[in-house]
Order: sequence, then C-alpha cells, then structure tokens
Amino acid sequence: MADLLKTPLTAWHESHGAKMAPFAGWNMPIQYEGILAEHKQTRESASVFDICHMGEFLVHGAGAKEALMKAVSHSLAELAEGRCRYGFILNEKGGVLDDCIIYHLGPDSYMVVVNAACCATDFAVLSERLPGLVCEDVSETTAKIDLQGPKAVEILEDFLGEDLHNLGYFAFRYTTWQGKKLLVSRTGYTGELGYELYIDAGSALALWEALLRDERVKPAGLGARDTLRMEAGLALYGHELDTEHTPVEAGLGIMMKSQADYVGKEGLATVRERLLPLELEGRRAPRHGDIVALGDEEVGRVTSGTFAPSLNKAIAFAWVRADKAEATEYTIVTPRARLAARVVSLPFYKQGTARTKLASKA
Amino acid sequence: MSNPADLKYSKSHEWVRVEGGEAVVGITTFAQEALGDITYVEAPAVDDEVEAGAECGSIESVKAASDLISPVSGRVVAVNSELESAPEIINQDPYGKGWIYRVATDALPDDLLDAAAYEAVCAQESH
Repeated sequence: MADLLKTPLTAWHESHGAKMAPFAGWNMPIQYEGILAEHKQTRESASVFDICHMGEFLVHGAGAKEALMKAVSHSLAELAEGRCRYGFILNEKGGVLDDCIIYHLGPDSYMVVVNAACCATDFAVLSERLPGLVCEDVSETTAKIDLQGPKAVEILEDFLGEDLHNLGYFAFRYTTWQGKKLLVSRTGYTGELGYELYIDAGSALALWEALLRDERVKPAGLGARDTLRMEAGLALYGHELDTEHTPVEAGLGIMMKSQADYVGKEGLATVRERLLPLELEGRRAPRHGDIVALGDEEVGRVTSGTFAPSLNKAIAFAWVRADKAEATEYTIVTPRARLAARVVSLPFYKQGTARTKLASKA
Repeated sequence: MSNPADLKYSKSHEWVRVEGGEAVVGITTFAQEALGDITYVEAPAVDDEVEAGAECGSIESVKAASDLISPVSGRVVAVNSELESAPEIINQDPYGKGWIYRVATDALPDDLLDAAAYEAVCAQESH
C-alpha cells in the first residue's frame, strides 16, 4: 500500500474508521458507516465525498475554444462563461479515452476535469492536440470535495452565507471561503442536487471538517458513490466507457452535438454494440463480466451490476451486440445463477433531485 | 471480538450452535464485517443434504459475493426466511436473528474451532 497516492484527506479517513482500498492508484475510502447508510444519507439529506483523486487541467491561450473543440467532443461554441459541459476525449476510432467535464472559466480559458485513472494519458493527449496553448496539470494542487444530496443547497447557502438558488444545473462560480478561492459547481455524480467544490489542496482538510460540522452532512465513500451513480444511470469510465466503444454505442449520442471536426467523430457512425440498462427481479446482483444471453446465445457482457438500495432490486449495465440489442428481456448468466433481466429506461432511479429547478430568491 | 464461547466455528467463518439433535448455522461477525452490507442470501433449501466443507449457498453484499460453506453435514430442516427480504439482519445480529439454516445432525465435525482458536484465525487474516 506504500505506493498508493494519498489525498489531503486520506489521514482523516483512516483516523475516522473508513475502510480504505486502492482505486486508480489512490488509497481511497470505500465506506465509513456502511454503503447502504451512506447511500440513504445522500438520497435524503447530504453527504461529502473526497474526490481529490480526480484530475484538473487548465487550458488557456488565444484560440483555446476552437482548438479544444477539435480535441474533445464537447460543444463549446455556445457554452457561456460560468457554465460547464460533459463530454469525451476520443481516440481516432471514436473510442473513449476518457469522459470529462469542461468548465468555461473566461475568454479562451477552460478547466478540464478528468478521471484519476486516465489523468496522465489525458494530459499527454491534450497537450499534443493543443499545440500553442498553455496546458497546465493542476491536479496536485487542486482538491475536489463533492457535497451531494437534496439538502445540499440549504447547507451550502448557510455555510457560505450566500444565495445559491441562482446557480443552475451545470453552472458554476467562484466565491471565497476563509479568504480562499472556492469554485462552486452545481454538478455531481449521484443523481441528487449537489455541488462539486474545488479549492487549493492546502485548504481541503479545513473545508472538509467545516462542512461536516453541519449535522445534516455525513461523509460517504466510493462504495455509495458507485451505487448512487448506478441508480442515476451514469457511466463509469473503465466499465461503461472504454477505448473499444463510442459514446453513441454507450447511449450518449444525444450529447454529441458539436459541429466541430473533432478527433474520433467519424468513428461514431459505426455501432457494433449497444449499452443496455437492465433491471432484475430480485436482489441478487450481476457483476462486471457476467454473460448476457438471449435464449441460449451469448450476446453480451455486464459492465457494472449492483443491488440498488433505493429500488430494492438489482440493476446492471451491459454491452449487447447491436443486432441483438432490440430485445426487451435477457438472461444474465452469473457463476451461480441465471437471472432474468429486462431493459428499462434511464435513470434507473427516477426521483433524483439533481435537476431540480431552484426558484431564485427575491 | 464478540464471538460467543458456546459456539463452534469454521475457518471459512461460519458458526454452529447445537440445539438438541439440530445444528444452527450462520456467519460470524468477522465475515459480515468483511462483506459489508449484505444484500442477498442464497441459503440451502429445506430437505437439502449439506456436507461439511462443501459450498451450500452464497452471500452477497453491495461490493462482494462469497460462498457459504456448510460447517456441518446433514439434512436441512429449516431456513431463515426473513433473510429473503431483510438480509441486513445478518449484519445487525449475526449470532442471533441472523441465523441462516438448521440441520438435523448427530455429530459435529472434529475440525471445528472453539472461539479462542477461531479468533486466532481471524487475527491472522486481518494482516
């Protein structure tokens, strides 16, 4: 474990009884009190998550918008300052090198937020695709703490002493907390209303502890983060997204609106497999790698599967051969059982508050 | 550790309580803590013949799945049906309400451990 990377909060997690495990090279908290309790806490009140392992790059310089729009799939043409957008870094074939959020910070100035496991590759790829621009990897000095849950807006308003009802979904702004610059982004990975907070790494522990002084907030680990994102129908890189599949195959074609001639665009026309959301009858969960069958024919593989605490049944994502992807019911063959699964619409959990429109305060 | 002294234990983290001519089986505190929140239990069915040391079901948690190895041989006479809808009972009360099945049996295998010997096994696995 000596070689694992530590976030500014790793010592806090260890001293607060978290179960720790390696994730993308980092020593991360999987759970504190328990995955089910942390999941419920996030759906009903609010939780904080240590997401410092994720990577942040700054891209700026004259022509940054146009250059970025060729390097990534995001449609940045109409993206206003103070807003951010989800999209992909693709390879030449249209396969996904990573999914990421791009923040429009200012004129020709952007922040790209990437997965920890892909951070080094992403930075190399973007640096190569963006000659003449300044690309800075600020991951080490940037801490990211997610505050997620239906009560997150009231909690953060009380915490910062400012109105956040006027900050819409996928909008962000800078504020200050204890004299430190804090980026507040109304985004998240749980399906609930919430914020992703970016601050200097040196202030991470103080921010984390201060947020936890609010009794409506508890810490949640990567275990609950995974069950929450699954219920919300959100893809996880390395499971639902990889270099061998395009975002269109992953069911995210609706996001591919960019008119720019970006790397990988041509590859999107080829659809070999489709990612299907599957719901099961019972609590028994399929797992990554389980076979998906139609009758006796193997037609696909499970990418992620879990018991869904808010639905009280198991759910899964699976890659299914495109010519076999129109069925409504499949059988998932696990090492121990054959499970009946039916195709459902996303999100699996439909009561999430993420997109709640907050009425602006007078 | 809070492993009751009147029970016998297997190295694969099941416990056995003898009650008359029957043996009650469950999993230990160590096992349920390692698994985390339990979400599904596949227990043997009534009248199944289970064999000591052989897999007879499975236990799933949010993050993992684990075989259930029977610590005793015999015919299953009852299973805890409450676990079907509330498997978290095992997390809450592994040695009580979280029992999994009962077997009609005359004798326990010799290689089951007492609480002290079992705790030594757990201590070793924790490293």
